[in-house]
Amino acid sequence: MFRVLVPILIAMAILGVVTGIAALMIVVLGQDWEDALLWILSAVMIGSALLVVTMRDIIRCGLAMIVCFGALAGIYVILGAPLIGAAQVIVYIGAISVLILFAIMLTQTKDAPRVLVFQTQSAAAAVASIIIAVVIALAVTATDWGELSRHLRLDTNVLSAELFTDPGNLLPFEVIGVLLLAAVIGGVFLAKREPGGPP
Amino acid sequence: MSNSLDAYLILSGILFSIGTFGFLARRNAISMLMSIELMLNAVNLTIIAFAAFGAFGATAEGVSRGSVIALMVISVAAAEATVGLAIIIAIYRNRRTPLVDEYDAMRQ
Repeated sequence: MFRVLVPILIAMAILGVVTGIAALMIVVLGQDWEDALLWILSAVMIGSALLVVTMRDIIRCGLAMIVCFGALAGIYVILGAPLIGAAQVIVYIGAISVLILFAIMLTQTKDAPRVLVFQTQSAAAAVASIIIAVVIALAVTATDWGELSRHLRLDTNVLSAELFTDPGNLLPFEVIGVLLLAAVIGGVFLAKREPGGPP
Repeated sequence: MSNSLDAYLILSGILFSIGTFGFLARRNAISMLMSIELMLNAVNLTIIAFAAFGAFGATAEGVSRGSVIALMVISVAAAEATVGLAIIIAIYRNRRTPLVDEYDAMRQ
């Protein structure tokens, strides 16, 4: 019983700390709701992404990935693109995550090694990825992007007019349709069990 | 912070580097695929952030031009996940292991 409650208590403690920091930011620093929400969602997204790449049990990695995608959908909504957030929820959480969870359940055997989830070069990989993050951060802060002082909102009417009436979007739209059909057929063909083959 | 482009770009840079680490360091093929999904999401966040801050034109048309690209990336990612997982399942059926460093048939 106690062992079951410990992760829940830890999760609630983390959630309380994050919410408290956000409330402090609103009350003390005088920031608005969008900033506080962005901080919370960013913390959830980065934390669950770290869990995805470091946890030992792969099915928990898949569940943490769902949390990461959900937080990213919230960030899209804060950015003023709720349609993209909805597409993120439908496609990533609803389709890709479920597909990945199914593939995990199909490929995990009981005798799969539970240790050695990392390659031997994981230390070098950590150094390389930290270097990538630092270089990106330096490049972003050092460049003047000429951006607007506050972000615009995505108008769904304008987006649909752009997507369905602009002749420049016609060819990519049709190509995407053919690509999805090819992916469905190819996926079925590749994962199909051949008669007389290995089970 | 929610009105500065740099914050979103640094956030997506961090997400991209986490995905890079996972792709390089994990042994399980499906973990590597999940890391690729993280990197695709980071790129999508970059596209949406640039579109919202007027890199494709500071009008509603400009924002929607960028968002169309993000929608295309999402659908291509769905196709990529389908084919990648099918390939992993097909290899698993022959080799009985999900670990990539034991897929060495082409080295012998």
